[in-house]
Amino acid sequence: MIALLPLSVMMPLLGAGLALLLSRRPRAQRAVAISVLAVQLVLEVVMLVQIDADGPIVMHIGGWPAPLAITLVADRLAALMMVVSTLVTLAVLVYAVAQGHADGEATDAPISVFHPAFLIMAAGVSNAFVAGDLFNLYVSFEILLTASYVLLTLGGTMERIRSGAPYVVVALVSSIIFLSAIAMIYAATGTLNMADLAGRLADLPAGLAVVLQSMLLIAFGVKAAVWPMSAWLPDSYPTASAPVTAVFAGLLTKVGIYAIIRTQTLLFPGGFSTLLMIVGLATMLIGILGAVAQNEIKRLLSFTLVSHIGFLLFGVAIGTPQGLAATVFYVAHHILVQTALFLAAGLIEHITGTTKLDKLGALARTAPALAILFFIPAMNLGGVPPFSGFIGKVGLFEAGLATGGVTALVLVAGGALTSLLTLYAIVRVWGRAFWRPAPAREHDGMAGLPVGPSAAGERSDRERPAGRRRRRRLPQEIETRGDARSMPVGMVGATLAVVLAGLALTVAAGPIYGFADRAAQGLSNPSVYITAVLGAS
Amino acid sequence: MTVNVVVAVLIGGLFAGGVYLMLSRNLLRVLLGFMVIGHGANLLLLSSGVGGGAPIVGQDGTHADPIPQALILTSIVITLAVSCFLLAMIYRNYQLTRQSEVPDDPDDVAIEELRTGAGSE
Repeated sequence: MIALLPLSVMMPLLGAGLALLLSRRPRAQRAVAISVLAVQLVLEVVMLVQIDADGPIVMHIGGWPAPLAITLVADRLAALMMVVSTLVTLAVLVYAVAQGHADGEATDAPISVFHPAFLIMAAGVSNAFVAGDLFNLYVSFEILLTASYVLLTLGGTMERIRSGAPYVVVALVSSIIFLSAIAMIYAATGTLNMADLAGRLADLPAGLAVVLQSMLLIAFGVKAAVWPMSAWLPDSYPTASAPVTAVFAGLLTKVGIYAIIRTQTLLFPGGFSTLLMIVGLATMLIGILGAVAQNEIKRLLSFTLVSHIGFLLFGVAIGTPQGLAATVFYVAHHILVQTALFLAAGLIEHITGTTKLDKLGALARTAPALAILFFIPAMNLGGVPPFSGFIGKVGLFEAGLATGGVTALVLVAGGALTSLLTLYAIVRVWGRAFWRPAPAREHDGMAGLPVGPSAAGERSDRERPAGRRRRRRLPQEIETRGDARSMPVGMVGATLAVVLAGLALTVAAGPIYGFADRAAQGLSNPSVYITAVLGAS
Repeated sequence: MTVNVVVAVLIGGLFAGGVYLMLSRNLLRVLLGFMVIGHGANLLLLSSGVGGGAPIVGQDGTHADPIPQALILTSIVITLAVSCFLLAMIYRNYQLTRQSEVPDDPDDVAIEELRTGAGSE
């Protein structure tokens, strides 16, 4: 059973190597990538069941005794995160393969890099979840970030390089902060093993502990896109190809949240909770206000992604088992829902050639299947009962009310406001792209003029300048819109799988919330984790 | 544990210089800044362990701490890989735009136009 732990990291890495070797044979490459992730998913489900029954699995690499070895640990939270993330990566991979097939990109050079980079990113994500010491966590961050740089700038078009540059630089800065924090923690305590650190950090002088904790939180906060370190996300994600954006949105920020959860429960229990609440509130509100103002679906979704990181932070800041359980549940929900929405947005782009709201319309009639695929996760994100988003939010609000205190109450109110605004933003997408009649076709000669009574009526005055500027370079996009290209089965199937997984979270909410409860018990009582790693002493 | 003042000042200087360079819009300067900060971080790692002793061979005597060196090695490799990627990206940016600065985000420009457009009335 222990062997499963390193396998979840090694398999995608070996798969990546194999895929790189097979770069001249796209068919074999695709088979390798998909089968590796499928097997990994099965192994991780087995591991999840095992861990839920028997407690954390620990492996000391090289057989060294506990604090010296590089330790891999998987407790309930890590196991759940691994299963959900591998599910999402697998679905996105299938989607990407189907899309590549449809777009006839199989012969392009960059696509041969896609599969290895994708698998390396999967390995980095898994490694981050099982890392038992801080340096290993740093290395896994670097693995997944470096792979993400490649994926984000795939193809090297002007737009992707432009949005890739800030992304890379911001990620580098946060990595440097993390590395410096590691050096200082090692200097202060003489260990980097997280279980070992849990005991030793408590003995440090308060001022030093505050410095170390804030450095870690800043480093992870950048990765999780917590306000005020979130501006890079809506800037860089939307330009990447649809599957890449979907997997980034689902996973990368959540790895940051996972690291924050570990910092706040294991390393520095309870510190900074008021600050985290305020930051969480700001993340929610500022994120969602950004989303409301957007006119492009992928950018809008990126802003909702930032906004909902605030909810996760909220649960972590509360810090009670109740709050943590809600966070664990909400993380799983949010990974699935956000990925599903981005995949659906990718389908919209595939069919119509654009994701700009003022160019879209009547999709509910031209592509009813897509409408359903978008509507379910959209309502789920908005927190409409009975979906899992509602259950997670209720859990968070209950935990907040149980804690009491003015900050927590303000946060609950802010959370409720944020979900309403989310609903507003997402319904706006629904109303414009799916429900209203198709805007009048613009023809090349008319570019630059407000056209079609229906389109002009809907557009407010203040949006016009941007729209006019944009319209000039769009004739070919307009040509493709409305022809309703058929959707490849693989893309629809993959999106459907993620949507269904999100629904499963609703249908099986009882058992899954029970699991989240047990995971939260383990988090708020770190002695289980520590004993599992260091042995009973 | 005692800290060497020279090393501490050096680390501070490297970080300061690196941050200054990274604040530039010019990607080449950013790369240089990243490398300088990377060296600062490596030195910080190096100074985090107890140095000056013998390597761990045999049993007796005080030993140098091997862990920071292992960490630095890993960190150097990572810095190298990321620098290579940055260089490739800078070159690609240069190919496309004939300059090494990051262009403006078109969406930010659009928002700025909205703002100034609204403010001028």
